[in-house]
Amino acid sequence: MTEFDRFTLDNGLRVIVHSDTSTPIVAMNIIYNVGSRDEHPDRTGFAHLFEHLMFGGSVNIPRYDEPLERVGGENNAFTNNDFTNYYLTVPGHNLETAFWLESDRMLNLAFSAKSFDVQRNVVVEEFRQNYLNQPYGDAWLLLRPLAYKVHPYQWAPIGIDPSHIENASMEEVRDFYERFYNPCNAIMVIAGNVKTDEIRALSEKWFGVIDKGGLNNRNLPVEPEQTEARSLTVHREVPYDAIYKAWHMCSRADSGFFATDLISDILSAGQSGRLNQQLVKNLRLFSDISAFISGDIEAGLFVITGKLMKGVSMPEAEAALQLEIDKIRGNIIAENELQKVKNRVEAMMAFSEMRVLDKAMNLAYYELLGDANQVNDLVQRYASVTTNEILVEANKIFKPENCSTLYYFAKD
Amino acid sequence: MTTLPNRNIQPAIQSLGRIDFPQPEISQLSNGIKVYQFNSGTQDVISIEMMFAAGSWFQKKPFTAMATNLMLREGTRNFSAQKLSETLDYFGAHFENTTERDNAYITLYSLNKHLDNTLPLLSEIVKNPVFPEGEYDVIAGKQRQMLEVNRQKVNFLARTQFNSILFGNDHPYGIYLEPGDIGKVNTEDLVDFHKAQYHSGNCSIILAGLIKPGMIKDLEAHFGGNDWSGISNKPIQYLPSGSDQKNHFHMKEGAMQSAIRIGGMMFSRSHPDFAGMKVLNAILGGYFGSRLMNNLREDKGYTYGIGSSVVPLRNGGYFVVSGEVGAGVTREALSEIRFELTRLCTEQVGESELSLVRSYLTGEMLRAVDGPFAQADLYRELIEDGLNISHFEELIDTVNHINAQQLQDLAIKYLKPEDLFTLVVGPEEI
Repeated sequence: MTEFDRFTLDNGLRVIVHSDTSTPIVAMNIIYNVGSRDEHPDRTGFAHLFEHLMFGGSVNIPRYDEPLERVGGENNAFTNNDFTNYYLTVPGHNLETAFWLESDRMLNLAFSAKSFDVQRNVVVEEFRQNYLNQPYGDAWLLLRPLAYKVHPYQWAPIGIDPSHIENASMEEVRDFYERFYNPCNAIMVIAGNVKTDEIRALSEKWFGVIDKGGLNNRNLPVEPEQTEARSLTVHREVPYDAIYKAWHMCSRADSGFFATDLISDILSAGQSGRLNQQLVKNLRLFSDISAFISGDIEAGLFVITGKLMKGVSMPEAEAALQLEIDKIRGNIIAENELQKVKNRVEAMMAFSEMRVLDKAMNLAYYELLGDANQVNDLVQRYASVTTNEILVEANKIFKPENCSTLYYFAKD
Repeated sequence: MTTLPNRNIQPAIQSLGRIDFPQPEISQLSNGIKVYQFNSGTQDVISIEMMFAAGSWFQKKPFTAMATNLMLREGTRNFSAQKLSETLDYFGAHFENTTERDNAYITLYSLNKHLDNTLPLLSEIVKNPVFPEGEYDVIAGKQRQMLEVNRQKVNFLARTQFNSILFGNDHPYGIYLEPGDIGKVNTEDLVDFHKAQYHSGNCSIILAGLIKPGMIKDLEAHFGGNDWSGISNKPIQYLPSGSDQKNHFHMKEGAMQSAIRIGGMMFSRSHPDFAGMKVLNAILGGYFGSRLMNNLREDKGYTYGIGSSVVPLRNGGYFVVSGEVGAGVTREALSEIRFELTRLCTEQVGESELSLVRSYLTGEMLRAVDGPFAQADLYRELIEDGLNISHFEELIDTVNHINAQQLQDLAIKYLKPEDLFTLVVGPEEI
């Protein structure tokens, strides 16, 4: 049970406090409710570029990192399709420096033209390092636009193409900041050896005067139901053929989410997952194969991806994979197998909250979803999934016309 | 209403004070195995790490150490691989297999409430593996394909080949695996390696998490007997025979980035200059605000990330600068790295920068003792080198007291660019 207090400042900033006296480290996690889904199709990669600029200086503080390092702290951030997450840890008695730093960059940014130029280069290098200069690194960049035709999940947070970043202007960046980086659009979690009264006072002192700003009221296009199987074939300089299959699945808030997540575990969690046992070990068609959900807040993707063993043909591998999918669509799962993946979820939850930073991130995420207290219901929500729900959800997802397949062949 | 804060100055900085390094409780099983316990945390979980002198240092053929470790869980006297994984997954537990150069590890992560069902599996895979032929074919095939994929990555090529440049390809720290090596190892090699290295005389155990009463008794029952004894073998000695050339290039056609390595031989953790080099390394490339990051990333945008590290091993160690840079700026990046190395040798570091690094390293150490799993990770390195917690106290003492002159002396001794080796893996020879 993760206990916490929650309050909201007059300007709309939501604050959550979790007390853990077992550690001298305090974690601060701030989510801004803006992700790559909020980008214009011609300016993709913007939310992520912006995350870099958040370290380039704010209105009263020329550099973000140095003062934090000076008090023994450390920080980082990430951007996904749904939101942007900034986090830091700091020895508890220097927590106020974190309030000073984070409130100043919520107050106003002041990055220089030089910082802007440099960070565009850095992000382009990141694009190359993690996507373009990696074997199979562009697979997700290809799969998304195959599966999504209108929803902005069709591009990855890194963007469609480095040119979008290269062409970004300072003015566009300022507009982006004004629109999204506002207190009422943010959630802050503090976890560690702290008291709520003390955090309330610090929050009022440093964040209280920031203008409320506007909410991010999204009006995103809804992805129409997919009515026809799609596929794309590419040839790349890689050593082995690979296959990527993506099916549309429900949103994070949907009641079917937990069953859907468990289906991915049944297929591929641990060494005993069905795909590993059958397709890697028994039939030796794949060197590795996994099933997972994309983890998006809106309707996301259920993905299966595997690399073929040398000498195995694509049709043979795909047919064997289809048999496993037909099995989970056609037959009710044994209670014992369902219990196995539920037990695994319970353990994973325990291991995912070993540090205060983990707890702070989780609380912020669930508050963004609607209620931080969901953290405490999760094990129960998974435990209540029935074998019948698994069958029902599997049949909703694995319809042939709901599938997009990327055939990724090794160039010979 | 509170008064408006002064945003132009940083809130008062409190000294980080003394770090309380946790002392593990140490017990010994009847057969001599030492058990180190870090009993703390907020979650009802435990990790049981068994450490063996079974790293690649001890193998006669490449791939043997890694394959043996990976195969432990692929079938035992009493359980098939499938039964093992079904049972382990049913109780929400998992194993982690790691093979490093000096040691190999097998770690069980489990909820305490299921330990009665999961601990016997750990015992089974450590003591009674049978290395079935069929399972080995699958594992070997998989590892071979993973290796072929990794060899497409400039970063992987640079990492493996740089060690070979430093230590020579006949030295266990220098050798790297080629796909052809995998086919030369058979299950008999694994049986032999297991018998020679995975026994009670070669083993230590580290427990971390909320440790239940009676835990040592359970470990005694599974691991304390003489049924799996062996003789700690005296490690073979190897002499490094690094390259006689300083500059190396490996072609990777079509690469958009070059991977860079610049470095040289260093020493193990117990060397008197180790602590000082940790500080010097931090200044150069050991944290986000380091000189390399400031220069090559934050000032010039050549790279997404660049850093340096001091890597201590049981019998030696090395220093290395590593990063991937845009292929078109490789030459400029090399020249900036050498400029920063030279600057360490010719200019003394200023007080402001030095105090920043002292704070950063102290904070890093504080995070490294945060929680039982982190403590176990930190302490493991000491056990490997036969050191105790005073090593970290001395390290912190150096962090707080080393001066600019001493740092410059270390730079001149170890980091002169002309003494270091350079490797570039990329699309164009520099």
